[in-house]
Amino acid sequence: MYILVELLQLSIYGIVLGSILTLGAIGVSMIFGILRFAHFAHGDLITVGAYTGLGFLMMTNAPFWFALPAGMAGAAIIAVLIDQTVYKRIRRRQPVILLISSFGIGLILRSFVQIIWGPHVFSFPGGIQRPWLVWELAIIPNHVWIFLAALIIVTLLHLFLTRTRVGKAMRAMSDNMDLALITGIPAERIIMITWLLGGALAAGAGVLLGLDSRLTPTMGWNILLPVFAAAIVGGIGRPYGAIAGGMLIGLAMEISTLFLEPSYKPAVAFLIMVAVLIARPHGIFKGAW
Amino acid sequence: MRLLEANNIHGGYGGADILHGASIRVDNDEIVVIVGANGAGKSTLMKAVFGLLHVREGEVLYQGKPITNTRPEQMVSRGIAYVPQEYNIFPSLTVQENLEMGAYALRGNIRPRLEKVFSVFPRLRERRRQEAGLMSGGERQMVAIGRALMIDPKLLMLDEPTAGLSPKLIDETFERIRGIRNLGIGVVMVEQNAKQALAIADRGYVLATGANRFEDTGANLLANREVAEMFLGG
Ligand SMILES: Nc1ncnc2c1ncn2[C@@H]1O[C@H](COP(=O)(O)OP(=O)(O)OP(=O)(O)O)[C@@H](O)[C@H]1O
Ligand SMILES: [Mg+2]
Repeated sequence: MYILVELLQLSIYGIVLGSILTLGAIGVSMIFGILRFAHFAHGDLITVGAYTGLGFLMMTNAPFWFALPAGMAGAAIIAVLIDQTVYKRIRRRQPVILLISSFGIGLILRSFVQIIWGPHVFSFPGGIQRPWLVWELAIIPNHVWIFLAALIIVTLLHLFLTRTRVGKAMRAMSDNMDLALITGIPAERIIMITWLLGGALAAGAGVLLGLDSRLTPTMGWNILLPVFAAAIVGGIGRPYGAIAGGMLIGLAMEISTLFLEPSYKPAVAFLIMVAVLIARPHGIFKGAW
Repeated sequence: MRLLEANNIHGGYGGADILHGASIRVDNDEIVVIVGANGAGKSTLMKAVFGLLHVREGEVLYQGKPITNTRPEQMVSRGIAYVPQEYNIFPSLTVQENLEMGAYALRGNIRPRLEKVFSVFPRLRERRRQEAGLMSGGERQMVAIGRALMIDPKLLMLDEPTAGLSPKLIDETFERIRGIRNLGIGVVMVEQNAKQALAIADRGYVLATGANRFEDTGANLLANREVAEMFLGG
């Protein structure tokens, strides 16, 4: 009985973590699908999004939830600027060159956050929340909001990808880049929109992560591994797989604390990622998206 | 009217030239067929004309204006559509989404174009919500050609539209291509099913090692002993 309650309680944490990972992993997956490189600065883009949201709150005294759209807008613009000034120039090079550059961009972003905000720990306003007791489970209100916010963002993204011309063109480019060019789809414009979305989603993950715990200059870097694990488990290049991958990794990381020290959580994500890479390198799902 | 003219094309994939002075021309209302052995450079010629690889020497004229080495997007906006030999659909998009992508470069209402393509390929209307990658080979070919038709092209370039199809579907595809020509669209296609293709062709070219070997009306090429022995299996 106790173990069941514990398992359910951890599953709630897992879903919350999974929601956050999903937002990051979708971006990684979309960028990989279209540009064919692993974007290592994504974790730091998550951090930048969180701090941009916090900065907006401090400047405007707006209610907390404004941090989400503000952070998303900020990180989206920053992502596009990075792409236009750095990645675009080396687009035709080998993916590994892009990958290493993105590693450097990540360091730069992290340093900028430290220069501007210092090494201190920040939190979003709101304070300690009293959990709701549902049966034997303690549910923290913020956890519900995090899940709902992620759900809304993912739903909007889904509608964008399936209902709009640009969204469909993004899927088309990720399906078959050569044919997209032959068809006359304007690749550079679609790439720009991919970065807008990837940046916005990263910021979504960042703000929600900041809400769940605290803001530190390494918050995003620290979850980069599970974010990549989620993207890979879902089949990198397939944003819809990233949702399932994010949930799976989130649940596995939290539930593992039943048996393991919490500090092993990233190792659990890493192990699952390696296992999937060995057994099913294209992810756990069939189909392209 | 002269739609397309490619004169004395030399070029390749960066290494040695594959094309050594190949030439084709296509008029309105005309089906032009390019045949030749595997590796003769048929696909390469199509790519060179469409601006997908560098033309080192020679020129491509479209409606009399030079378009040598023009980028593919501009080809599309001028009304030239190209269906490659392989990987010619977006597999995870639905049939209708594939068609919509075909019209991406154009503004305005795509509904009438969609209807037009559905009237050429009624099967696609039935299957419009299906993921294109899950369709049969023949249906995929319809999606690929349908996608190209969405720009209302003046010139349609097809690379082996009947590859891998059953005899019945081959007949049907050629019938459709005649229908497309009858809409006033110039068609240039590479074909392995040379006899049947030449039978519906207004004119044809036989390509060998990157250059023209024979050119004539479809009927004359079919009747030519030398062509028959070399390329049509006797
Ligand atoms: N992407 C490429 N890079 C380098 N060489 C290529 C490439 N594609 C084709 N070639 C070479 O160009 C030559 C002509 O190839 P092409 O595909 O044009 O032949 P084809 O006439 O279309 O043959 P098939 O009937 O088999 O389709 C071949 O020798 C081939 O090896
Ligand atoms: Mg070929």
